[in-house]
Amino acid sequence: MKPRRVHFFATCLIDLFAPRAGMAAIELLEQAGIEVLYPEGQGCCGQPAWNAGYRREARRVIEAQLALFPGEEPIVVPSASCAGMMRHHWPEAFEPGTDLRALAHERAARVVEWSDFMVREVAPDWPRVAEGEAVVLHDSCSARREMGVAGQARVLLEAIGAVVREPEGAETCCGFGGSFAVKQADISGAMLADKMTAIEATSAPTLLSQDCGCLMHIGGGFGKRGRSLCVQHVAEFLWQRLMPEPMS
Amino acid sequence: MSGDDFDQRIRSALGDDQLRANFHAAMQGFIERRAAQFPDPEDLQRRRDRAAAIREHSLRRLPELLETLERQLTANGICVHWARDAGAANRIVAGLLAERGIGKVVKGKSMVTEEIGLNDHLAAQGVQVIESDLGEFIIQLAGEAPSHIVVPAVHKNRREIADLFRRHIRGVEVTEGVDELTAIARRELRHQFATAGAGISGVNFLVAETGTLCLIENEGNGRMTTTVPPLHIAVTGIEKVIPKLEDLPPLLDLLPKSATGQPITTYVNLISGPRPPDELDGPREVHLVLIDNGRSRIQSDERFIDTLRCIRCGACINHCPVFVEIGGHAYGSTYPGPIGLVLEPQRMGLDRAGDLLSACTLCGRCGEVCPVRIPLPKLIGRLRRFAVEPAEDGATPLAGQGSQRRALEALLWRIWAWVYAHPRIYGGLAWLLTRSRRWLPQRIGGWSRYRSVPRPASRSLHERMKQRRRQ
Repeated sequence: MKPRRVHFFATCLIDLFAPRAGMAAIELLEQAGIEVLYPEGQGCCGQPAWNAGYRREARRVIEAQLALFPGEEPIVVPSASCAGMMRHHWPEAFEPGTDLRALAHERAARVVEWSDFMVREVAPDWPRVAEGEAVVLHDSCSARREMGVAGQARVLLEAIGAVVREPEGAETCCGFGGSFAVKQADISGAMLADKMTAIEATSAPTLLSQDCGCLMHIGGGFGKRGRSLCVQHVAEFLWQRLMPEPMS
Repeated sequence: MSGDDFDQRIRSALGDDQLRANFHAAMQGFIERRAAQFPDPEDLQRRRDRAAAIREHSLRRLPELLETLERQLTANGICVHWARDAGAANRIVAGLLAERGIGKVVKGKSMVTEEIGLNDHLAAQGVQVIESDLGEFIIQLAGEAPSHIVVPAVHKNRREIADLFRRHIRGVEVTEGVDELTAIARRELRHQFATAGAGISGVNFLVAETGTLCLIENEGNGRMTTTVPPLHIAVTGIEKVIPKLEDLPPLLDLLPKSATGQPITTYVNLISGPRPPDELDGPREVHLVLIDNGRSRIQSDERFIDTLRCIRCGACINHCPVFVEIGGHAYGSTYPGPIGLVLEPQRMGLDRAGDLLSACTLCGRCGEVCPVRIPLPKLIGRLRRFAVEPAEDGATPLAGQGSQRRALEALLWRIWAWVYAHPRIYGGLAWLLTRSRRWLPQRIGGWSRYRSVPRPASRSLHERMKQRRRQ
């Protein structure tokens, strides 16, 4: 039985840089008859500071999120790396035996990555509106490893008839890595160059991913080179093909 | 090792196209060959579980196993020496050679002797050390350190090696054939084995129950090094011990498969003592130098004990997307790649090696391929924390804890936390950024060197959702 209601955690990048992707993910859930709760106070999963070693700062931000998701509804997250942070690291942020730890555990257990949720819980019966349209899919490292949901985005894309291509060396990181992209900018740039070459070799006009961090990095790389590749979150691509109405 | 040096080495590695091509080609080969060895993913996970359990169990019982090991080795006629640190280990080896008046030794591949700087120490004592592993032989000619723990000369291609041989070995013909180059090295080394006073080797596993030294290799140089000279000195870290002989096959199965994608190495040496009186072959004396050099401290720290499970296969290094771009020398440490990021800051202190921790995207691939399931990404994350977070009162700090904290960075994270922990403040800031999106800077430090700067949307998702609720 599919859940009637879900919480939606949009992530900080989507809120500020890709709200259309967030809106698309929400509307595709709603179209499937699921009520979407969007807690207003939500901000960031805490991952940037957590990965940089600034755990006290991360803890402050996580603590502020914990209260926002009462009830038993799944917490759907349109980003595998943020979902991974919430699922695997939120509990670690608090001392064992504390109430916050227990609360973080409870929240973590309800976290589901968006494409995974769509495939497993919604199983949408979409029309094949993108028959034969070629796209290149970048499954993020978090989707692939931490969350184990690589492949789900492909299922959704193929459901509407898209032809999904995988870049050579798909298992290799694109070089984003949060603050790594700035702290080790030159290594990150070298990794990015490799990834862009592999993506261009697929000659698909559209690059999709379930992670906006990777997309900001790879899309920014193409932008810097002046290439006109369409770079989108999977949800936004699906929404554009599926929804006749303009986005609210 | 300071951060500036690290940056400098990274820049010079990234600027060397030949070097990067060499690493890309070699690592891709290892990745493919390893994958071919593990066609069944579930079977691989079972093997990893078993190997991880053996190593974990061994580390928990380390003190007791080391006692058993010493007893058994002694009973087998192998002389055991304990070295607290690099200096002690070097003195022990140099002492054994000096007592016997040995001026020339052959040496098998051994990372722990790189760790302690044995070659330099012996050279300073006037002892000639000849590396007998082909890779080590090459970099010894070049005067370089290993760039990889399994394949030390992997940064050099055929042409570079041929050049090196021509310059350093008399009478070498012009050739780039791998077989010819190998034959040249073999010819050079053969008479060294016969004339060396001692052979020095590393050890892959120490079996406590039987007092056995296990050493694996592909070239036969390890067997020559440990059997031809009259004295064999094995040098290794205390963490290499396992309880029983039956624990060996699961590890011997995974090590070469994970390392080079070989089902088994050409040579598997099990050394259980010196030459018995009625035998014709083998060394007259076998000594084992067991090195701590920070290992017992790691063993006693629950948070980091898993570091010591490492069997030095290098799979994490082969699969690391950062390593493949910069190569081993850029790290400036004995152990590069993910295991280096975890081991070196603990061994040398976060103040001296903590800067290495930035060379990771936390992509998780290392943790996925580690045959003994070392949670490398988790340990890297944990060390990043201790690199910037001073110890709490009463807690024993890690060496150099808090040393990588920079005031400006810490301030930025505090501001970040304050913003995201206060929805109203975040809301105000998001409003400001979305309204000024066209005037925001288009150059932001390292980011814009390779990427255009993302522009905030015209309205945040928060705003859009608020507006939708009103409709």
